[in-house]
This record gives sequence, C-alpha cells and structure tokens, in this order.
Amino acid sequence: MAATLAVSACAQQPSGGGATTAPGTQAPATTTRGAGGELRLVWWQGPTILNPHLSQGTKDYDAARPILEPLAAIGPDGKPVAMLAEEVPTQANGGVSSDGKTVTWKLKKGVKWSDGSDFTADDVVFTHKYMADAATAATTSGNTKNVESVTKVDATTVKVTFKAATVNPYQIFTGPQGMIIQQKQFQDFMGAKAKDAPGNTAPIGTGAYKLTQFKSNDVVTYEINTLYRDASKPYFKTVTLKTTAAADASARAVLQTGDADYAWNLQVPAATLKQMSEGGRGELVTSPSSNVERLLINRADPRAPGDARSEPNTKHPFFSDLNVRKAFAMATNRKAVADAVYAGLTGGPTCNIVEGVPAMTSKNTANMDVCKFDLAQANKLLDDAGWAKGADGIRAKGGVKMEVVFQTTVNAVRQATQAVIKADWEKLGVKVELKSIDAGVFFSSDVANPDTAAKFFADVEMFTNNSSEPDYQVYLANWITDEIPSKAKQWRGGNYERYSNPAYDALFKELTGTMDPAKRAELTIKMNDLLVSDVVVIPVIARTQPTSGKAKDLKGIKPNPWDSDLWNVFEWSK
Amino acid sequence: MGRYILRRLLISIPTLFVISAVLFTILALAPGDPMAQFALNPEVPPEVRERVKASLGLDQPLHIRYAKWIGGIVTGDFGFSFATRGPVTDLIVQRLPNTLLVLGVAYTISVLIAIPIGIISAVKRYSLFDYGATTLAFVGISVPTFFTGLLLIIVFAVKLKWFPFLYDSRVVVSDLNTLGQQIRQSIMPITVLTLFNAAQLTRYVRAEMLENLPQDYVRTARAKGLHERPVIARHVLRNSLIPVVTLIALGVPTIFTGAIITEQIFAIPGIGHLLVKSIFNTDTPVVLAITFLFAALVVFFNLVADVLYAVLDPRIRYS
Repeated sequence: MAATLAVSACAQQPSGGGATTAPGTQAPATTTRGAGGELRLVWWQGPTILNPHLSQGTKDYDAARPILEPLAAIGPDGKPVAMLAEEVPTQANGGVSSDGKTVTWKLKKGVKWSDGSDFTADDVVFTHKYMADAATAATTSGNTKNVESVTKVDATTVKVTFKAATVNPYQIFTGPQGMIIQQKQFQDFMGAKAKDAPGNTAPIGTGAYKLTQFKSNDVVTYEINTLYRDASKPYFKTVTLKTTAAADASARAVLQTGDADYAWNLQVPAATLKQMSEGGRGELVTSPSSNVERLLINRADPRAPGDARSEPNTKHPFFSDLNVRKAFAMATNRKAVADAVYAGLTGGPTCNIVEGVPAMTSKNTANMDVCKFDLAQANKLLDDAGWAKGADGIRAKGGVKMEVVFQTTVNAVRQATQAVIKADWEKLGVKVELKSIDAGVFFSSDVANPDTAAKFFADVEMFTNNSSEPDYQVYLANWITDEIPSKAKQWRGGNYERYSNPAYDALFKELTGTMDPAKRAELTIKMNDLLVSDVVVIPVIARTQPTSGKAKDLKGIKPNPWDSDLWNVFEWSK
Repeated sequence: MGRYILRRLLISIPTLFVISAVLFTILALAPGDPMAQFALNPEVPPEVRERVKASLGLDQPLHIRYAKWIGGIVTGDFGFSFATRGPVTDLIVQRLPNTLLVLGVAYTISVLIAIPIGIISAVKRYSLFDYGATTLAFVGISVPTFFTGLLLIIVFAVKLKWFPFLYDSRVVVSDLNTLGQQIRQSIMPITVLTLFNAAQLTRYVRAEMLENLPQDYVRTARAKGLHERPVIARHVLRNSLIPVVTLIALGVPTIFTGAIITEQIFAIPGIGHLLVKSIFNTDTPVVLAITFLFAALVVFFNLVADVLYAVLDPRIRYS
C-alpha cells in the first residue's frame, strides 16, 4: 500500500510541481534518498560554531539544523511539528497535564545518532542539564528559566515539569534553541571546559545530514546521514553552506548567476532585489511574520540634565501629551515607506504591533484616527494643543521648541525610511534631527555607551522587533511597568518607551492567568489596540520573514517565520 | 652587521609592547557586544547575555584582561575566539593558505611585470609605450579595487559566466582539473590586485630610473663605449632598484594580512575576510591577533628592508 502511494505521488509530481508554484504551498514529493546532487546554500553571516547552545546568532542555529534536531520544529503556522518526538504532546492526547505544569514527550523509537549509537531519553535529559548549567553559560539557557526538572520516564519518554502552570508547553526542546545534543559527545565538556568540546565544531546528530567539513565563517559541508530514519530522504547527496561577503552577493548568486540554490535573508534594498529577481534564475521566498518595524516614542525626557537623562521619573516635554503623539502618528506615511523603501516585496504597511498570527491580529486599528495618514488633521491637533509655529517655522510652546532626535541603526533601508518620515514630520513644523548608530552598539547592553536603544537618549527610535514564538505573552511584556529600564537597573528591561499604564499592566496580568486560547487572542488584540491608540509605538511596516531567495527548480521549501530557514531541509528536492 | 641586527631586534620588543597595549586599549574601549545579535531576542534575556560575556572573561577589569592576553602572546597563545570558542591560532592557520595563494601570486606577478614596464617607460620616455603604461598605471592607482572587482564580476561572472562568482576554499590542487578550477576562481581577484599593486610599483621604478639616467656615472659608462643595454641593466637598474627593493619588502606584510576589500568582494576566506567578519561579530581576540601579527610583521620587514639596503648598497654601513 505504501509503495503504491509512493509511486502515484511520484507520477503526479511532474505535472503538479513542474510549473512555478508559490513557494511552500506544495506538498513535498516522495523522493529517493541521494537522487539529487549538491544543494548549494549561501548565508551572508558565516556560521562560527555548530553547537546551537553556544551559538551567537541565527546563522549558527541554521548551520546546525541539517545535523541536529529539536523534539519538535515550530511550523509555518506557529504550531509544533514533531521531529524527534513521536507526536506533539497536547492536553487532548494526555501529553500536557491538565494543570499545564508537566509535559510528557514520547520520543520516536529506533532513532540513531549518526555514529550508530541509540538516541534515548538520556540525551534529552542531558541537553537540559547542559543548557541550564550556569558555568556552561549556554545562550539557550533562557529556555530553562521556567523549567523545574526534566526527567526520564523510560528510554523513550521524557517528562518536563515547569515551576508554574504554563501557557506554552513547548518552550523547551522546540525550534532553533531546542536542538538535542548527544550526551556521549558533550558530557565531559560542561562549565569552563565547554569551549574545548570537539563537538562544538563537529556535532554528531540525528538529522538527515552529517557534517563532512566545517570552516568557521567560510563553508560548511554535509553528506547524507545513512542512519537517518526516513529511508527515502534526503534527496540531495551533499549540502554546502557557503558564507558570502554581504546580502547583495547572496542575492546575486541565487537570482542572477545561479551559483546558489538557496540564499538566506536577502537584506538588500528592495529596488535592487526586484531588479535582480528579474534575472530569471531565482525567486523570492517570503512569509508574513511577527516582525514589525516600529517607531518608539520616548515618554521620558532625553534632555534632562545630568544623570536624569531618559530616567523614567522625568517627563518628555511634548510626547507626554497624547494629542502631540497622535499628530506624529498621523503624519507618519507608512504606505509611502512601504512603496518607496520596501517596494512591496519585503514588507507592507501595518498599524498593528502584533502581527504574524491571523487569529491574534487586530482588525480594529484600521479604523483608528492614529492609523490614517492625515497631515491637515495632524497640524490641527498641534495647533489646538497650543504649539504655535514661530518665525523659523518650528512649533514652540512655553519656550520649548518642538525638536526631535530620531535614531535608528546604520542600514540603507532604515535611512531611507527615516528620510520619508522626516519629510512629513517637517511639514508639521517639527525640527527633525536624524541619527544612525552601528547596530552592534545600538542593540548592545553596554552600560557605558550612550547610544544604546535601551538608554534611548533620543525622542524617537526605530527598529524591528518580533515575537520569537506564536504566543505573544513574552513579547507583550515589553510594555509593562516592571520592564522600564533605568540607570539604577543598568538599563535592563524591554520597555524602552518608559510606558506605564495600570490598565495595560492589568491586561497583562490577566493574560498571564488565562489558559483559554480564544480568550488569550482576545486579550492580545486588546493590548495591541491600546498600544496603538495610546501611541506608545507607531507601527510602520509588517516585514516578511524569511526574505530569502531560491533557485526556480528547488522544491519543498516551506517559508517559516518561527523557525530556521532550514527547518525542513530534509524534504527539499529538485 | 650582526650587532646591528641584534640591536634592532631588541628595540622591536618594547615597540611591540607599546603597540600591543595601544591595540588592546582601543579595542577594549571600542563599543560593541559579542551578544548584540541576541539583544532583542526574548529567549536570550539580558542575564543570560551577561553570563555568557562573563564566561568569555569580559567581566574582568581591563588590566587583568591585558595581562592575561599578553602573557598568552609571549607563549604563542592568542586565546580563543568568542565566536567559535576555539583557539584563534587555528582560525589564522586555516585562512592563511587562501590569502597567501591569492595575494602572494598577485604580489609576485605585480613585481614581475612592474619592473620591466617601469624600466622601458623610463628608457623610452614620452614614447607611445610610456604613455600607455602611464595611463594604465593611473587607472590602476585611481580606480578602487572594489570597483574593478565588481566590474569584473559583472562582466565575467554574471554576463559571460566564464569564472565562478564565489571562491571555493575546498579546492585542493591535486591534478590538472583542480588546478584549472583553482586558476579559474582566483583569476579575477588576482587581476584586481595585480593591477593595483603593479600600477604603484611601475610608477616608482620609472621615477627611480629617471632619476639615475642623467647621472654622471651613466655618462661615464657610455663614454667608456659600453653598449646601451649593459649601461641600463648593470648600472642604472642596479642603483634604481635599491629603494624599490625596500618598497617591495615593506609590502610583504600585507600579503599575510590579506586584502580586506578584495577578499570581501570575491568571498575569499582569507585573513582580511576573517578580520572584517570578526570586527562585525565583536570577536575581539581574533581582531587583536590579526592586528598584532600585522604590527609584528611590519616591524620585522622594516628590519629586513634596512638589512637588504646595506647588502645592496655598499655605501651604507650600519655600525
């Protein structure tokens, strides 16, 4: 029966998959292991380590993914897809306890590591131990924060106990941060010795591929793991992941020269991308995501003297007035930004701060005043608020001039966006000073540097943030009062706007105590609407993720905003 | 001479110490965070990032970090990379062959073509050849390598598809086939670098030759009845080459440290490529190692140049 199915699927394949179809919509064809040649991938950030738990960024998770697997991947719709797990535990199948405190993972039976040894519950238990060990300082240790214990029930069953009831039972062992490493290979390399582990550059895995060569920041090559559990996969005999100099080189390789089959994260100006994709060799792979490019409005005073700069107890001279904030929001032309800068390829206009999961995306914001571009109305709001234009055309009130410093990172796309927004804001009679800061500094937690996003020594700042999981609780915590950074807190906390609203805090508290998905979605939308209507942030662009490129004949790619680009590389084919 | 070399070597020790202290301080004070990639990732909270930075030794005061680092250097240990968690030396050793292969060949070719062109240009001054060589040299000097590089890529890789666009460091020359592959993938970067290096060198050789040609000793040689060829080759050239040799020797360190821009454009995984990626990743130990090695090579080849000077020019005596 299985054979018949395979044959018929094969026979249908050419007619169904021969024409260019929208990427990702098509079911993977039944393939023959090793029937394809080399799969050539290009990443413009080079992988430097293949142990995901010591990773320094997405690039490392991606490079490890063909080799190592989590218990479950996070699928394109945000729902877990079983990988090493036999099935995804849910309350329905008894895998998640009714109090939401324990999760029991049943592992696939008979899975082998590429060195021939058995994959068992011990490896999962060990992976947790490795991640949680303070001296090892794993970058994935945040996943273990709510975990009380991980215990082995039997050889193929693992029980995760959380410290408290959780709404997200999949917060450990899933997605890029949840890859399982082999106990045998890493058990002697914890703590200070973690850096000496040979497995850091040559991990043994359970995935469809195993490593043949790794040169940091240069090239990673893989070949088929002959012990991989699905005998018909993978299709490609070898995989090469090459580091290019920059995103435009990657784009050229996949779209113009055909030197690559898949190129990660094509962050190049959309106009260039459009021109290159007319080359005919490749096409873009995109998917709606939770990435929102937003403007943050500072509630504290960045010009306060001395140590009081942007301290939460200071008040911004004009952004503390809702009408002024509204005026700025209404003078922000997100459609113009989308057209001019993103060219409709890599993002579209949005007025929501929560994007990516349809059930949780608000439809109310479209009708809000603050979401409509209306310069006349914005000017009127400022007139009514008592901000009169002076002889120099700049509005002032009580000796305070309406001057804003608008900062973001050094990035061609961002500077173009800044220019569009500045032009409109200046029509309001506002003096706008643009500032761009190196991303390494802007996003750093360097307490000594005045230019970090957390210190926010400016009036407006812009960047993209996203929810790393399809549940928005952790993301929405970025606007609660407890998260406000200050000098005393060493500028820690995600509430860069210094927004403090008891109503929002109460909604958040309600969210943390709610288990019902429908109710959670409703609360999420409510919180989104509050943040937008109160002009805490001005959402500008809903960005796509991934924004990658693929050769026209490459099949099986399912663009996924929640997990690695290579999450299903085992089912890619040509 | 031996004493001179010894003295110069001893002087270079404090020099390198000062250089190391300056480099270390500048990089330690420079902004940047090896964990910056995770700054907005809620799955990597600030306390985790701090813990990771502490595990990299970044929580210690500056002078202790410097003492540890310099202590390692003295014993030949450049520490471990923040990004790979492996020894920095391994990374450099892995990349050196690529750099040497491309830059070394380019440098040799530039020297081999620049000297004859410079000589002919000087001897046949204001001839058609001289004008041609001068024009080419000015093009080579004034057009930046990133432009010639991109131009070659667009013409030969994108349009004509003669050469591969991405350099493959895995090619090991073992037979004619792999040799061809290696030549095909290195021909564009080598051309770019040769044009740039040769242009500068040609001008220099020409200028030196022109300075020596009207000298009295040349007239004497000609008056003795020597043919023009031995006059040029044996007398003018030898004297003109003395400063050129110095220039060539001083350029050698750049072969080891890589051509930052050219390596970036062609994705050649050499030392320059490593340096740029490490700067972006705030992988300070790697940046320090490369910049310090470069400083050491410059100091060393300055000495080599001075010694060569004495060997080539009997008038110069060090004591």
